[in-house]
Amino acid sequence: MFHRIRRRLTDRLSTLAALAILIAVLIARGAHAADMPTIAAASSVQYALTDIAAEFRRETGRGVRLAFGASGNLRRQIADGAPFELFLSADEGYADALVREKRTLDAGVVYAVGRLVLFVPNGSPIKLDATLADLGAALRDGRLRKLAIANPALAPYGRAAQQALERADLWQRAEVHLVQGENISQAAQFAASGAAQAGIIAYSLTREPGIAERGRFVLLPACDHAPLAQKMVLLKGASATARAFEAFVQSAKARAIFARYGFEPPGARSAANHGATPAG
Amino acid sequence: MDWQALTLSLKLAGCTVAVLLPIGLLAGRALAWRRFAGRRLVEAALALPLVLPPTVLGYYLLSAFGTRSALGRAFDALVGHPLAFSFAGLLVASVIFNLPFAIQPMQRAFEAIPTDVRPAAACCGMSPWRIFSDIELPLAWPGVLSALVLTFAHTLGEFGVVLMVGGNIPGETRTIAIAIYDRVQAFDTHAAGMMAAVLLVLSLVAIAIAYSTQWRAEPARG
Repeated sequence: MFHRIRRRLTDRLSTLAALAILIAVLIARGAHAADMPTIAAASSVQYALTDIAAEFRRETGRGVRLAFGASGNLRRQIADGAPFELFLSADEGYADALVREKRTLDAGVVYAVGRLVLFVPNGSPIKLDATLADLGAALRDGRLRKLAIANPALAPYGRAAQQALERADLWQRAEVHLVQGENISQAAQFAASGAAQAGIIAYSLTREPGIAERGRFVLLPACDHAPLAQKMVLLKGASATARAFEAFVQSAKARAIFARYGFEPPGARSAANHGATPAG
Repeated sequence: MDWQALTLSLKLAGCTVAVLLPIGLLAGRALAWRRFAGRRLVEAALALPLVLPPTVLGYYLLSAFGTRSALGRAFDALVGHPLAFSFAGLLVASVIFNLPFAIQPMQRAFEAIPTDVRPAAACCGMSPWRIFSDIELPLAWPGVLSALVLTFAHTLGEFGVVLMVGGNIPGETRTIAIAIYDRVQAFDTHAAGMMAAVLLVLSLVAIAIAYSTQWRAEPARG
């Protein structure tokens, strides 16, 4: 008798639970209708673009949703139909590929030029120098066990790191010691956590306190790798807000934010080629 | 703390449970009582997500969902956006990788019901629907509940497949598991720690509920 009553009760409760889930889903559906374009951007601009989006919201009252990742990954997702409206690549190649495939509204524009740094975490036995001489020595004498870079197959900063290592004639020796981040942010995470004794990462990420306080770095000469001219393209179906944001990214205000994160303005690629200024 | 990601995860888990409840009841009951050719094969296929690397599932789903496949194009034409990198796509993926978590406990629960109960009830003049709702379901209920709780918790924790077919879009496909990964990479250890703690507590509660339903089931059986 009591069992039967209890079972009836659990049955009722289950019906109620199912209803509650349904109602929650309906509410969530309704609340989700906000009109905010989604912007796909390379991890190297993670902090700069977050600041720029906040500034854009302050000025226009409109918001954007940001999704960061390796440029190669984002480029593939866009080709697979991901609903992004603007793509900020970390190079020209991935943006140009989308232009060739007629997935864009424009031919794209370079919004910033990035730089590479050699980053060593606090307590690392590796000495900083822009010629990577001590890195080479550390590879030979076993001080360097792991070197963090971004995956060269997906991330332009990883490709540039590979070029810099090749130029210093260290690539073959370094290859077995590499830990590859899926994108440059993860590579920076590997190096800053101290899990790797050094990393070749984006200058822009070292401006973030979370990384800056965990180590020191030196800028690598820009002539050691193909230029990291970062191009953005408006994708088909881009809304008015996405277009306004694209224009805002080229504004003086946004340029100032990019400069604060160590990016060089577009067109200035050759100017600082040999200026390996010590920093950190 | 990314509340949007948590809400999205809860919504995904709720929707997955809602879809898998009828599927699990039908499939679990059929597998428990029906004897048909290829039953073992069906059982094996349904258990596949338990052992398959999420990247394998992710790869096939991405191939099936993308604008290059017939299914992807058909969905795009019907709904106006591709299945990949959308909440709907995530839900389909979530339902597929949760099939064993929903079906297996329900199947065990139906198997535990003595086979002569149904003919006896039919003898008393109960309709098949009333036998199901008044006898089978209450008897199988602990198993059904634990299946739903496991499915819910497993959805909250799924990472690999979501990373591959979701694309980390805030409010659309950035679930809490992805948000933790994202925050760790952004050196936001505070937010990552908070969200990890929330997931830990939610998972613990889910497992506790699933276990307590099994304990409660035992005296009822005897």
